[in-house]
Amino acid sequence: MLQLSQEFHDRIVAHARRDHPDEACGVIAGRDGRPERFLEMVNAARSPTFYEFDSLDLLKLYKDMDSRDEEPVVIYHSHTATEAYPSRTDVSYASEPDAHYVLVSTREDQADPQRPEFRSYRIVDGVISEEPVEII
Amino acid sequence: MLQDCTMAVQVKVPTILRPQTGGSKTVEASGDTLDAVLKDVDAKHEGLRARLVDDEGKLHRFVNIYVDDEDVRFNGSLDAPVGENSTVTILPAVAGG
Repeated sequence: MLQLSQEFHDRIVAHARRDHPDEACGVIAGRDGRPERFLEMVNAARSPTFYEFDSLDLLKLYKDMDSRDEEPVVIYHSHTATEAYPSRTDVSYASEPDAHYVLVSTREDQADPQRPEFRSYRIVDGVISEEPVEII
Repeated sequence: MLQDCTMAVQVKVPTILRPQTGGSKTVEASGDTLDAVLKDVDAKHEGLRARLVDDEGKLHRFVNIYVDDEDVRFNGSLDAPVGENSTVTILPAVAGG
């Protein structure tokens, strides 16, 4: 299960809406599996169908987390025309077995665009396991 | 214990590849290019190189490798020069669709 504060939930949604129709992405770093430090990242691909952290941003991020003894607790991104479920590409790139992969959808044809689909997954060895999200 | 002075390149290994290094975050290696360093690492930690380099001898697109903070994609890829006291950092790309 992923426990996330209302604030972090809202920041992910706000970032996704702001970058729509391109995909938005970011990390919440923390220790012992607790999401603590919210880090919006630039989608270097600037694309409605792909996201990628810029390679030098990625290096800086990991050095920074390393020096603070943090891990990427949450790795989030948006889908802007499809549901909040990991794509085949998401699975092929997923390489943090301990991270919660959060997907938010900003597609217009969802049930209630005011409350966008917001879901979380573990992706380990190519296998997707959805987990409940508890907003605390 | 005597330190072999040619073994000075530090290679930082990401979580996902640590099963290949017995859990170590950093391993030491020698070599004056990235290719030589990865071959040296592979001699001690078999299988690591195959996770980074494809059958055609190119770096996998899923992985980013840096020599002293420079992305090797912009610096010769596997031919990137590595200094005696360089740090090689391996990071999986964070990307998707």
